[in-house]
Amino acid sequence: MKKLLQKLTQIPGPSGFEYEIRKAIREEVTPFANSIAVDTMGNLIVRLGKKASGGLRVMIAAHMDEIGVIVSHVQKNGFVRFSNLGSYFPRYLSGSRVRFMNGVRGVINNDRPEDLSKIPPVEKFLIDVGATSDKDCPVKIGDAGVFDREFLDMGKRVASKALDDRASCMVLIETIRRIKSTPNELVFVFSTQEEVASRGAQTAAYALEADLGIAVDVTPTGDIVGVKMQTHLGDGPAIKVRDVGMIADPQVVTWMVAAAKKLKIKFQMEVLEVGTTDARTMQVARSGMLAGALSIPCRFVHSPSEVVDMEDMEQAVKLLTALLSEPIKL
Amino acid sequence: MTKTSSIEFKASKSHLALLEKLSNANGISGNEGEIRAIIRKEIAPYTDEIKVDAMGNLLAVKHAKVKNQVKVLIASHMDEVGFMIANDEGDGVFAFEVVGGVDDRQLLCKTIAIGKEKVPGVIGSKPIHLLEGDELNHIVSPSEMRIDIGPANASRVKVGDYGAFATRFQQFGNTITGKALDDRLGVAGLIELFKHVPAHVEFMAAFTVQEEIGLRGARVAAYGFQPDFAFALDSTPAIDLPRPDDEENTQYNCKLDLGPAIYLADAGTLSDPRLVRFLSGLAEEYHIPYQYRQPGGGGTDAGALHKTRGGIPTVSVSIPGRYAHTAIMMARISDWENTIRLFIAALQNINLDLLKVERS
Repeated sequence: MKKLLQKLTQIPGPSGFEYEIRKAIREEVTPFANSIAVDTMGNLIVRLGKKASGGLRVMIAAHMDEIGVIVSHVQKNGFVRFSNLGSYFPRYLSGSRVRFMNGVRGVINNDRPEDLSKIPPVEKFLIDVGATSDKDCPVKIGDAGVFDREFLDMGKRVASKALDDRASCMVLIETIRRIKSTPNELVFVFSTQEEVASRGAQTAAYALEADLGIAVDVTPTGDIVGVKMQTHLGDGPAIKVRDVGMIADPQVVTWMVAAAKKLKIKFQMEVLEVGTTDARTMQVARSGMLAGALSIPCRFVHSPSEVVDMEDMEQAVKLLTALLSEPIKL
Repeated sequence: MTKTSSIEFKASKSHLALLEKLSNANGISGNEGEIRAIIRKEIAPYTDEIKVDAMGNLLAVKHAKVKNQVKVLIASHMDEVGFMIANDEGDGVFAFEVVGGVDDRQLLCKTIAIGKEKVPGVIGSKPIHLLEGDELNHIVSPSEMRIDIGPANASRVKVGDYGAFATRFQQFGNTITGKALDDRLGVAGLIELFKHVPAHVEFMAAFTVQEEIGLRGARVAAYGFQPDFAFALDSTPAIDLPRPDDEENTQYNCKLDLGPAIYLADAGTLSDPRLVRFLSGLAEEYHIPYQYRQPGGGGTDAGALHKTRGGIPTVSVSIPGRYAHTAIMMARISDWENTIRLFIAALQNINLDLLKVERS
């Protein structure tokens, strides 16, 4: 899994510009899928299994997009101004590097703030791509990019940009590979534009009319001082109870917990007070659907170096594979 | 591709008269009836179907003349920012709420027209002689302001009435000023487009309500229409004056005189790149001036349109205007004309093959 995870994290896919990561994921899942489609919003929709008696139509979503930048102006002196795709913390920007979809790379820095002790807002940052003027600048308004940061193998744990949410894409790919048979109609959605409020999942959920929706996404951990949260890196996949956008259906939570216990998988319960996932839009699509989420614990979310534990991912795959391979009684 | 044909469109006196009428008429979010009536009369000769939905959107269709048709929805919002009377304090003095996004600093000492009868009033302010201490540095909150209409008309205004800025439309050469040009410029453009619908297009026009308070009208309009493509035709701020410190202005949003502003990304929508390329390609081909609106915040009806049902390929195009969401906005007639030229080109050339490539 590590090698593929490395590949997936390094492919640029800012919100709205998911075509390269979509291509890579499609190659991985094609041998295992009944059918593959791409919809209007660019979601990659992978179908597996047919609904047999006791089976449900299940939508399982992990988002392909990552936070990024989009060029808003090229200055006469060649500096590139940008706007954010998705939300992030300006404190991570200075000194970071970016890579645009056209391959151009550059460094981020900022105008000198009036108050050096304060972190300036995104508008005060600039990208230097080595241009000497707007005439020879290799990027133009509307070009999108991502934070450029290599994959770091630290043994049990790995660090990279875009582990949010390529770690979950990896979990879905591996689950698709491992499912031998299922009484369920499984629709895996590698979704777009999650970082800008789950727009891809919203339209996919409408179109697919599933009985049950499960989002797989990363969740921040309570490993650093000042964050009081029960989820910790290495304590196994987290079964979501609630976040800011969704209260998981209690039946779904119970179903996940029972399966984890039966398989003797180490898991943790998640109550998240910042952020939400694709499950928010799935739950309220059309006349509503049963929804829940499985989370991969992740440190330093929305920084250029996020950290996940490989064993957490392995256990998530085991749990998800088991959940989806059996009849679902809810 | 070489096209020998060009697309000509010039604003006539009657176009400007319509713009003036639309700008001077009042249609605060939730109370768009006056605007709707004007539009209805204008488009009636050109439409095959026309209806007003439950939200108050004016929805009109001009049918395609052939079987292999392309369903194109264009939305422009009828509503404008303004006021609602909240409390009658006697003697013609009223507390009010602001409807839509208006900078508090834009409110003091503006003339207001209230209700159907357009009862005149003014948002009062303390004169500079009497300001004390820190008051000069303090932004007055709308809750501290009052609309004063004088005792004579007091009985003609009641709680719940809508108020609009009372600015009158003006033209000087290529420049126009007026209130509510956001989005009466778009409305006037969409009215004009009815006269330029090619045979292969099933033309769906949504004159939407309540855009300024959260795209509420567009959401249901698109749900009913189910188009192949959607466009929001709106107006967007040009913040293009030079910076007072002589540094390069890097946050102008868009600029006057550069033509229609095609959206790439805003707070509500990441434009469908296939449509962005389609429009900019046409603009190049037909030599129509155009610009990209700077990616950033803000939003248009597109934010609701593109997420409707299973998703609709959508892009926004806006006519630039200075001083948006104030009592007076300024725009160029040539930018309006070029926006209409771009939409005429888009209608003539739009086809379902655009969707044969995956979104990228």
